[in-house]
This record gives sequence, structure tokens and C-alpha cells, in this order.
Amino acid sequence: MNRFIGFVKKEFHHIFRDSRTMLILFGMPIAQILIFGYVVSNEITDVRIGIYDKSKDHVTQEITNKIISSGFFILHENLNSDEEIEAAFKRGIVREVVVFEPNFAKNLERDGSAAIQIIADASDANTANMVSNYTQAIINSYVKTELMAQGMPYQIIPEIRMLYNDELKGVYMFVPGTMALILMLVSAMMTSISIAREKELGTMEILLVSPLKPLPIVIGKVIPYMVLSFVNAVVIIALSYFVFGMPIQGNLVFLMLETLLFIFMALSLGILISTVSNSQMVAMFISMFALLLPTMLLSGFIFPVENMPKVLQWLSSIMPAKYFITIVKNIMIKGSGIGIIWKETLILAGMTMFFLVMSIKKFKVRLE
Amino acid sequence: MQNQTEYIVEVSDLKKTYEKVEAVKGVSFNVSKGELFGLIGPDGAGKTSIFRILTTLMFPSSGDVKLLNYDVVSEYKNIRTNIGYMPQRFSLYQDLSVEENLAFFARIFGTTIEENYDLIKDIYIQIEPFKDRLAGKLSGGMKQKLALCCALIHSPDVLVLDEPTTGVDAVSRKEFWEMLIRLKQKGITILVSTPYMDEANMCDRVALIQNGEIMSIDKPEAVIANFGRKLWAVKSNNIYQLIQDLRSIDFIDTVFPFGEYLHVTAKDLDLDLKDLKLRLKEKNHSEIEILEIEANIEDCFMELMTK
Repeated sequence: MNRFIGFVKKEFHHIFRDSRTMLILFGMPIAQILIFGYVVSNEITDVRIGIYDKSKDHVTQEITNKIISSGFFILHENLNSDEEIEAAFKRGIVREVVVFEPNFAKNLERDGSAAIQIIADASDANTANMVSNYTQAIINSYVKTELMAQGMPYQIIPEIRMLYNDELKGVYMFVPGTMALILMLVSAMMTSISIAREKELGTMEILLVSPLKPLPIVIGKVIPYMVLSFVNAVVIIALSYFVFGMPIQGNLVFLMLETLLFIFMALSLGILISTVSNSQMVAMFISMFALLLPTMLLSGFIFPVENMPKVLQWLSSIMPAKYFITIVKNIMIKGSGIGIIWKETLILAGMTMFFLVMSIKKFKVRLE
Repeated sequence: MQNQTEYIVEVSDLKKTYEKVEAVKGVSFNVSKGELFGLIGPDGAGKTSIFRILTTLMFPSSGDVKLLNYDVVSEYKNIRTNIGYMPQRFSLYQDLSVEENLAFFARIFGTTIEENYDLIKDIYIQIEPFKDRLAGKLSGGMKQKLALCCALIHSPDVLVLDEPTTGVDAVSRKEFWEMLIRLKQKGITILVSTPYMDEANMCDRVALIQNGEIMSIDKPEAVIANFGRKLWAVKSNNIYQLIQDLRSIDFIDTVFPFGEYLHVTAKDLDLDLKDLKLRLKEKNHSEIEILEIEANIEDCFMELMTK
């Protein structure tokens, strides 16, 4: 035990004496959360839209009014034919066109369903996705509040994310993603680099020759980063709560436990990376290209998973960050408990076990 | 328990192959208790491979290797607690201070600085004034001293030092060897490798190694005695031309440059110095000097290499 404490102490010395490590550990999370929160905002305001109302009855009128009075959209023009839709998009001012089918109110009364077509300018895929989501949310809320209140039959395709995040704030989307990204970076990349550094400098040779067993070496490497990652997670959550006013609907302790699980997963992944890389450079590149980029691009952090091609969707389902983002969103925004997100939690736990077993198996007690 | 063998290290027919390269080609040697054993040869001779196998960091491709009567493959755990190892690359934590490095290595070997202070005292006392300095900021000689302290801190039975004096200045090298000799007197068996031939004289026994093969194992004096022929040091105003010219003379056997002189052997037992001088003058050499000298280890090494 004494040996082990000595080892952990040494690791803390390494971290606190390297200014670059400190910067990555503490400067980056704060900078990232602020940048994502303020600059890379996903919020939409004053989007110009067109309405093509083929029915022109009281229901379509009411929905149109709802959309325009929401504050997100400005009615740029009323359209009167299919050809005009294309023309409107080509002029580049209108981002979205809402088309009501003929006899909208009648269909709704008679069949209990009516069709609205939302056409968005997908040359900017991200905005298009958001704009259409916003519109859907408004229509859904109309169906819920107006039609349901009158006891009318209705058809609804709920867009859950919008329902709970009714202020439609972008920062809510970014906090879970940033958290996943930073924890991944700090935990996986930093551990893998620090183990690879021992190999590169030749100190691993001495550690191996020493009576320290592989498991204490690995755990000793991991503990400092675990502590620091956890501090990071707390900082991120505090920032998002106090600076951006993000709610924490769910249980904070539960949120922290899930965060710990994710940190643990990232650390074991870091160890696995270090077992296959012999230099800091290799460890860094593997972490960058195998972890950071996929985490950013495929986890649903920046680009919605639903919009991806099937192949990428499959890839995305092996991204640990995807499950963590879902968990965090659920706890923070919806206040869900374990009953809702047990599946994601189980997947993360399984991944952690897998990486841990793999890396202990692959950890070499020799140099070859 | 009684130790049945008299040898601390037993290596028989050790071979090590990396993918296509055969780094160690059937090496055998034994080291007795309390011996200072030197493995001497140029870079790439296979010294590091042999030491890594001895310290259980690598598997031998074939052959039997035993340290302290434990097999390096199956009983590696027993070996690891009883050896002190100093790898070729400087293996201390550059961002820890002298004292922190030492305390760390003491701790992971389950001991304290105080417990074995006697063993390292002579060496540590020299670097103690700098104990709060980061290891990365020490001079080469001091780094080696610290590394040696760290390898010694758990009072190992065997010390394995891989090129400890490479890249260290001449004074520090001399000091380092003096420290090794003192450690030997304390009963520690020491294996050391070096590319510097002049260090061979400090060892009890040396193995001259080249291209993964041991050419000779003996006491340094015996290796020199085995040279068995006369040797001359030759010098002139144009040393580069002199090499070519000497090699073209029919009764000259070998010519190797050594500092400002060329070491020359003859095909016959003796050399007609007058005749040699005359021939060199014919080739426009002046300031010619020819001295008969004693062979050193390096001459022996060169001699063995050409065989």
C-alpha cells in the first residue's frame, strides 16, 4: 500500500509540474464551455419563412399565427404555387416553407389527421434541422394545447427534446457534449500519454523490474486523472448552471455517479491506447483520431445522429460519448432517474469492463 | 536455504532474434558471486539485448538464462525483487527532484532511504547538496550517480548497468568506476556493459562481444597477454596517407588508427624498422615516428574482430 501511495504521489508531481498539462486540464474545459456556450450558439432567431397555405381555413390560420408569433420566425412571403417554393429558396432569403394541404381543417375533423409539409433549406444542414425541429415543436404544442383542449381527435409525432427544452436554448445542447468531449480528452488522452511517456523515457523498464505489479502501476496512473477529471466535471456543471442558467432537474448525486462511470470508461480506454503505443506521439495521435474526432462528429454532439447515413449511425452507436450525452441530457433537462436511462448506463458499464479487461490482458510485464 | 550453485548469472547458448535480425547468436557465460563483469563491445553488438533478457524484460529466443538460480522466463518475479537495473537511456523522472526520485524508487521497492543509506552513502553524499534540484537539470555525471543510487536503494544482490558511462565526461567516468569497485567490495555482483575499451581494465573479467557473438571471455590482463605479438605505433606528417601506404606494404598485417598514432602489426614476428622507414620516406612521408608498444584491450578487440 505504501508503494502504491508513493506511486500516486509521483503522478501528481508530474501533473502539477507540467504547465502544459495543467493548461489542458483546467484552462481548456473552461474555455471550451464558454466558447460553445456563447459563440457557437445553436439558437435561431428571426428566421425568414414562407407559408404556402392550400387550405386557408381557421386552423391553418391559427397555426401560422403561432409560428410567426413564436419570435423565432418572420413571415417573409405567402406563396401560391409549388413553383414559387423553389423560386423562394433560390433567392436565398427564405430558410423554410410550411405547406398546408388542401382542406386542412376538414381532414382534421373527418380523419383525425392532417398533413403539414415542412420544407427546409438543407444547404445548411444544421440550421435546416433546427429550424424544422422548432417548427415541429410549435405545431405539436398547438395540437396539444388547442386541439386536445377541445377534445378533438389528433395525431401527434412528439419531438421530445423540444418538449422539455421549451425555451429552445442552444447551450443546453452543448453542455452535455462539451462535458463528454472534455472528460474524454482529459481522461483518455492524458492517461495514455502519461503511460506512453514512461515507456518513451525508459522509466517503464525500471517500473517493470520493480516489484510493483501491473495492476497497481495502472491504477496508480489513473487515480490522479480520475480526481482531476471529476473536478473538471464539477466545474463544467457549475459553469453551465451559474453562467448559462442551465437547469439541473434530476438528482445531482446521480448525475455525478454517471459522470464518474463515464470518466472510468474513458480512463480504461486511455490505458488500452497506451498498451498499444510506445511513444507519446503515437498515443496522442490515436487519442486524437480514434477518440476526439469521432466523439465530436459522431456522438450527436454537433451533428444529429438521425441525420447521418446508416453506416455512420451504426458507428455512432459504438461511441461511448453518445450514451453519456443522452444520460446527461436526460438527467439535467428532464430530471430522469435510473428507470429511464438504465440501458445507457448498462452499456457504458459494459464498455468500461471490456476496456479494462482488454488493457489488463494487453499490459505487458516485459518490453515486447 | 543453501545456494547450490556458485554462479550468480548463468547463460548458456543464449540466442535472441528480432523479426529478421539475429541480435544475439548463441552466447554463454557465467558470473560468480561478487564479481565485476564487463560486457565490452561497440554499439549494436547485442549488449542491451543480453541485459534486457537478464533483467527479465525480454524473452530469450532460445537458450538457458538463470539469475540467482532463478529462470528468467518462469521465475521472473523472484529475480525482479533482487536486482538493481540501470537502463541505457537515463531512466529517472526529470521533473522530480533528486530526493523525490530516490524516495520514489525506495518506496516502490518497499524500503526507505534511511534503511539502506549505508549502501548509497558514498555516492549520495556527492549529490546531496543538489537534492532539491530537478533531475532534468543535473549534469550528466550527477545524473549517473543519482541513477546508481536509485538502482541500489533496495540493496540488490546483483546490479545490472547498461552503458552507465556513455555520454559522461572522463572525470565522472573515472569516479563512476571507483564507485563500482567500492560496491563490489561490499559483495554486490555487478554486470556492466560499455563501448569504451579502456574501461575493461577495471573489470574482474570481461567478455568482448561483437555482432552478437562473444569473441573472448577472460581477465583483462589475460586478454592482453593473449595478443601474443609485437605491436608498433607509427606516426608521420600525413596520417591519412599513411594508413593507405602502410596497408600497401607487403609485410604489414593490420593497421588501425588510435588517436594520433596508427597501431601496426607485422605478418612476421618482427619488423625491419629501417626498411619500413625507408619505404615510407619513398612515399614522401616525413617526421616519421615508430615505437614498439604494449597492446591494450582495444588492440585485442580489433585483432579478434579481424580473425
